[in-house]
Order: sequence, then structure tokens, then C-alpha cells
Amino acid sequence: MTQVKMTVNGKAASGDVEGRTLLASFLRESLGLTGTHIGCDTSQCGACLVHVNGEAIKACTMLAVEAEGADVKTIESMANADGSLNVIQQAFQDHHGLQCGFCTPGMIMSASALLKDNPKPTEAEVRHYLDGNICRCTGYHNIVKAIMAASGQDVSALAAE
Amino acid sequence: MYNFDVEKPTSVADAVKALSRDEAQPLSGGQTLIPTLKARLAMPSVLVSLSGIREMQGVRLADDGRLCIGGGTIHRAVAEEAKPHYPGLASLAARIGDPAVRNRGTIGGSVANNDPSACYPAGVLASGATIVTNSREIEADDFFQGMFSTALEEGEIITEVKFPVPEKARYEKFIQPASRFPLVAAFVAKFSDGVRVAVTGASENGVFRWTEAETALSANFSAKALEGLTLDGGSMISDLHGSGAYRAHLVGVMTKRAVLDLV
Repeated sequence: MTQVKMTVNGKAASGDVEGRTLLASFLRESLGLTGTHIGCDTSQCGACLVHVNGEAIKACTMLAVEAEGADVKTIESMANADGSLNVIQQAFQDHHGLQCGFCTPGMIMSASALLKDNPKPTEAEVRHYLDGNICRCTGYHNIVKAIMAASGQDVSALAAE
Repeated sequence: MYNFDVEKPTSVADAVKALSRDEAQPLSGGQTLIPTLKARLAMPSVLVSLSGIREMQGVRLADDGRLCIGGGTIHRAVAEEAKPHYPGLASLAARIGDPAVRNRGTIGGSVANNDPSACYPAGVLASGATIVTNSREIEADDFFQGMFSTALEEGEIITEVKFPVPEKARYEKFIQPASRFPLVAAFVAKFSDGVRVAVTGASENGVFRWTEAETALSANFSAKALEGLTLDGGSMISDLHGSGAYRAHLVGVMTKRAVLDLV
């Protein structure tokens, strides 16, 4: 076992891990942050997406020991300080951007990474960016709509495909 | 996943030393290796993580005009930093996998793995790049030796890839929608003294140069020059996603699209 230390959602976090322990397992099992979901476990679905040093990363495809010293942000850090939903989360609620909700943490983290780099993405850019986030309910239309709305764009004309 | 030790060297020299341990394997971005370990298709006892080696990261233009990319450079960095110097290659990097994969996966990892459907081997081979390791330099034409097979020796690390920059280049891929790897993709690079065409996703032997297309395009750089050129589907990958004949056909289509984008 090796001890790892990192900053998770602004707080110092540490724990003993094996070499093979994935960042996703460390977050969920050692820190109890179960908002980071494990969907496919094969790097396809993006339900485990978190931010490591500000970049979108699939936590099921990174070893916990490789996040030593990193600044990690999970879905648990996304709400506003007063506990209310942040603008992306609120947009997902307003536009029914989720059905079963399993992919939602990854979708929100992915959307947040996208909007940081590209504050006013086009619909095509949103769809392209979500390449690595799979929604098995296939509710993509409203997810895209929610992200466009969260970026402050008018989505009233965004037609269903 | 079976358990293993992880070493985290901060220099190439220390990484080479760590790789001399029994059953040691290098770990770069891990976007292929970690899923492989989960499937228990590899069982190293030690993983030597290369991601903390700063000297292996970055994109720079050398004095001789070649674009040098550190082996540990992530795809996203190549997509951004190679753009002003070699846009065709930057565009390839920008379309590998998905954004999260591009934030971890590295050029050295992709080239060393030589997946028969990976994107980078096509860009490296079509550019006539040089693969630099901790002990030597290897020309792309000698480096790729068949599916998942390269000239790398046990414990040898790709520290850098040096790309001659063509006048223009384009990578066209037909995506296999489930894996997002290319079903077939072609990289066309036009240099002042000739054209190189490399194809990934198609052959049972991994990435290859389509020499007939190179000759035709070197004489006449137009889509018309490719008319009538065909490849034998018999040596192509044939699986539930497409037959060998279909892949052979797609090679022609992708090459043509790349040329049409450049003329």
C-alpha cells in the first residue's frame, strides 16, 4: 500500500491505496464521494469524468497514485456555496437534461470543462465535445439544450432531431 | 486488474533503470494500457509511470525545421501547440478519442503500442518522422513492424518524435462509431519532393504506406490521379464492422477525401 495525498474539492485528502487502485475507486470508496459514477469501466462512457488540475479526465482510467499532489474536482464540488444548483446543474433541471441520471455527473463535469474553454459553443461543438459521454437513455437532445442554455444562449429554437 | 507496483521516475534515466526490474512495463497516459490491465490481457508486476518526466513533454520547432514532440506529450497539447507549425498533424491529434482521452493519452504511448487502428502511426509514417528513444533514433519506415509490433526493444522508451513538416497534409478518418477508433483512415502528406500516404485501420499488418497512391499523387497531385487504383481486400482486416473488401474500398475513399481537401 502507498499513501496518496491530493486536494479534492478544495480539501486535503489522503488514503492508502494499492498500485492498481483507480482514481474513481479512491474517490468513491476511500473518500465516500459516490457522485463520480463508474459506468462502463472501459473508458467509453464518461460517467466517471472529473477534473484533474482543471482538465477533464476519466477517473476510471487513471491510477490514484498518479493523482498524487493533484487538484481534483468532482460533481460534489459543483453546487453553489449556499447549496443551490450551479448554472449548469440548474439548466439540466430546467431542460430535463436527464432521465435515469446515471450519466449526469459526467455530463455536468464535461459540460463545465467545455464551457471553461469555449463559453459560447455551437450545438455542433457541444455534440462533438460530448463524444466521450454516453447516455444510455439516449437523452442527448435535452442534454445539449441544457448546456447551450447554461452558456446563456437562447435555446427556444433548438429543434428536436 | 491484478495488482502491481507503480514507480514514478522524474527523468528518462531513472525510468530506464526502473524498467530493468522483472516484468516491468512503461505506463504513459494509460488510455489503452489501463483498460488492457482491467481485462487482464497484460500482467506486469511493475508499472513505470512516464507522466512525471518533464523532459519528455512539449512541442518545439527545431533549427532544422522539424517539429519535435516529446514522447510524453498529451494529444490535447499537440492539437494546440502543433497547429501553427504542422496543422495537418494537429488536426489528427485533435480528433483522437474524445476530450478526456486527449487530456491523458500521449504520442509516445500511441506510437509504441502501434494499435492497427490507432491514428498517430498513420501521421508518423506518412510524415517520414523519426522516433527517438533513450538509446537511438529509428526511421518510421523501420519502426512499425506489424500489428502491435515495433522496433522497440524491451525497456526502450520513446522520448521524442521528430516530424519533417510537409507543404500540406490531411488526415481523413472513417470512424467506427462504437470504439471511435478509425475503421479506416488515411494520412496524405505532400512534400516538395513527393507525396507520402499512410493508412491505418485497414491492414492485418497494421499501418502501411500505399505506395501506388504515392507514385500517382507525386506525379499529379489530384483526386483524379487516384482513379483506377485499388487495394487487395484479402490482406485487410475483416470483422463484424466491415469486410476486407469494404476496408480496401474505404482506403481509396479516405485518401481521395484527404487529397480533395488539399487541392
